[in-house]
Amino acid sequence: MKKHNLVSRLELTNITKQYPGCLANDNISLTLMPGEIHALLGENGAGKSTLVKTIYGVVAPDKGDIIWNGKEVSIKSPSIARDLGIGMVFQHFSLFETLTVSQNIELCLSKTQLNEIGDLAERITHLSAEYGLNVKPSRYVHSLSIGERQRVEIMRCLVQSVKLLILDEPTSVLTPQEVSGLFGVLRTLSNEGCSILFISHKLHEVTEICHKATILRGGKVVDTCIPQRETPASIAKMMVGDLAEQDAGYTKKEGTVGVFNVEDLSLAAKQPFGTTLKNLNFELKSGEILGIAGVAGNGQDELMAIISGEDERSVKNSLSLDGSDISDLNAGERRKLGMAYVPEERLGRGAVPDMSLTENTLLTHSQGFIRNGLVDWQSIKGYTSELITKYKVKCHGEFSEAKSLSGGNLQKFIMGREIGQNPKVLICAHPTWGVDVGAALAIHQALLELRDKGAAILLISEDIDELFLLADRMAAVCDGYLSPVVKTETTNIDQIGQWMAGTFIKNTSASDKQEATA
Amino acid sequence: MILIQARTEPSSLMKVASPLLAIALTLIFGCVLFSAIGKSPIQALHVLLIAPLADSYNIGEMFVKMGPLLLCAVGLSLCYRANLWNIGAEGQLLAGALGGSAMALYFGDSDSILALPITLLAGIASGMIWAAIPTYLKLRFNSNLILTTIMFNYIGLYLLIWAVHGPLRDPQGFGFPESAMFSDTTLLPTLFESSRIHLGIVFAIISAFIAWFILSKSHLGFQIRVFGSDEPAAKYAGFSSRKLSWMVMLFAGALAGLAGVSETTGPIGQLVPNVSPGYGYSAIIVAYLGRLNPLGAILAAVFMAVLYMGGDLAQIEMGIPVAVVSMFQGVLLFFLLACDFFINNRLAFSNKATN
Repeated sequence: MKKHNLVSRLELTNITKQYPGCLANDNISLTLMPGEIHALLGENGAGKSTLVKTIYGVVAPDKGDIIWNGKEVSIKSPSIARDLGIGMVFQHFSLFETLTVSQNIELCLSKTQLNEIGDLAERITHLSAEYGLNVKPSRYVHSLSIGERQRVEIMRCLVQSVKLLILDEPTSVLTPQEVSGLFGVLRTLSNEGCSILFISHKLHEVTEICHKATILRGGKVVDTCIPQRETPASIAKMMVGDLAEQDAGYTKKEGTVGVFNVEDLSLAAKQPFGTTLKNLNFELKSGEILGIAGVAGNGQDELMAIISGEDERSVKNSLSLDGSDISDLNAGERRKLGMAYVPEERLGRGAVPDMSLTENTLLTHSQGFIRNGLVDWQSIKGYTSELITKYKVKCHGEFSEAKSLSGGNLQKFIMGREIGQNPKVLICAHPTWGVDVGAALAIHQALLELRDKGAAILLISEDIDELFLLADRMAAVCDGYLSPVVKTETTNIDQIGQWMAGTFIKNTSASDKQEATA
Repeated sequence: MILIQARTEPSSLMKVASPLLAIALTLIFGCVLFSAIGKSPIQALHVLLIAPLADSYNIGEMFVKMGPLLLCAVGLSLCYRANLWNIGAEGQLLAGALGGSAMALYFGDSDSILALPITLLAGIASGMIWAAIPTYLKLRFNSNLILTTIMFNYIGLYLLIWAVHGPLRDPQGFGFPESAMFSDTTLLPTLFESSRIHLGIVFAIISAFIAWFILSKSHLGFQIRVFGSDEPAAKYAGFSSRKLSWMVMLFAGALAGLAGVSETTGPIGQLVPNVSPGYGYSAIIVAYLGRLNPLGAILAAVFMAVLYMGGDLAQIEMGIPVAVVSMFQGVLLFFLLACDFFINNRLAFSNKATN
């Protein structure tokens, strides 16, 4: 970037941050030029979050300098960062649902800023048109989709004439179409000289949009590269080291016999902000992975709860396993028939935080370990350490408490535990969410191995690439409706993306009406 | 500015030491209190804690008080482990006393060998019924277990008072609100000639071991622990909350009922209005003092029984009001909860204000 011959926007030198028992940032140096889109990559726990929080003034570094536009600064709080022109969009949005867009933006502006701006609503409309954000100032946040909310967050930064925008995994909640919209906005900002620091796990996005990338591992900068000259695979290698194998294209299989059936499943939402399931129909065959795409909160949790039996309401004749109705069985009885689940929430649902891994094995895997109502702790211990070795779970041992494991390692453990029961049907939600590349690979391979053994797998994921990688057939949910189920080879990201946005719904309800009148 | 921060790794030593620390703090508080009312703290603590263990008669009486405390506390430990906030041991104990007494009076002077076992079973069943009603209300209508169990403590108490004034009153009792004395066939045998220690304490200790065994060795006990520590995980694993709630509550009710019937057929020998000096409530403190571990409850019950005895002695020997015992119990629970709080959290003094 030297050809611009400009003063750098941001320069970090030797940033070091020590947490108790963990060196989160170890002498990190990084330079960001005006207009540069810079990717910050690394596995979980590599130190990305700590670094951006340092820049945004949330975390104070132990050592190191921050140079902003050529001058050394000390950023003690987010408000100082905002005054300098640094804006950040967190992974979890911080918007008040009961306020309008304009009120939400007003909340984070100081009096002087408000006076400078004058008419805030007009400014929002103006910026919205300029960047194609499509944000109406008078709308209430609760009526906005996730993608629109993210644009409100970005708008909040733009209103303050941001010079550096930090985005923490911005695309993980978006449909593919929304992602390309976001990238358009980022390119416009970049052309105007705004620098962007972009954290992502999705490497093809990084190669698509970023000018430069810094790769962190264990708190250190291990490499920098120009993503356009790399492939996602070569970047992944830098992130995890040379040892990792790559997720390659896997062969698709065709399921044989129908094992699990969902027929005309409709279910009212249990919570006020829940989703009502509307007339879902699909069949799960043995030896296949059926992938369900969808943006979070479109009925996935409700579907999972009713299938697992955690939602105890009766949906007579809507769920059947091997041809017999299971809707009146409780969760425990369904497990005994050969169903297993990997929930989205690992700690607190999939595993008891305060219990050892041995006890957490017994949580769902009791077959063979109970004699006359008594627990054979010795055998469970042995089996648990086998699981730990087989799935390369990093921990001190089978006595480690579940809460002491990192998210990825706990997920590998839960995955291994559920797969170890040789389930007929495995329902698996967001198996690699927040999991690093190495662990994700292990989880993918475990799922495929289970499929090849003849299990029927329902894979619910927000990660559309993962679905295309693993699923043999696919569908999407939107607002509690399920799209048609198609073979993965016969569809593409574009179609699934449109289904995630709900384009199929009109047709469904229209055909419903036709059926009703017929 | 003072901030409360969660400790990343609570000390496991302190988890065990916390009850001892709480007891020590309670005693220090006691010294201050006794000085304030003009009594010698050393003498008062001696009377409260040492004198009850000084001779064999007192030790015997200590065991008599320990029995019902331990029976109730064992049941409550299981309830609290399962996140079921049963405050109703007192009512279940009174129901057990009432049901058992009615059965004992029904047997009258019968010399049937089954009289005592059936009397005890009647007491157990009454305690279970008293626990079953709030459990049913909770599972059916999602009512608050704390409130309903407390209500049933009062209903149980007034039912018992009504019974001793009415149907169960001794016709030859000159109108005193007491039942007739039970006949020997329905009295619990004493363990030693000279003391009042009866079979109740044996029941209590056996029940503590059974509960410990269930909790640590059985799959059922594992489910109870999962349920108490992480309800969503229990649901995810498919453990039936209905089944567990019923089993735990009925077990606790049975033990409390047994405690009640053991009192009337043991040291008292008849049904009187004041069967229990609040054993069911004190058992809550015993359960916590024992770290919700049934074996820990044995030690905690000894301590609480000593305190009961000491309270009586302090009133006789030093004129200290018996309310001191209740206050000691309250202060003990307070310190216990405070110690637990500081095991999991710490105070941080931030210098933000000075900046």
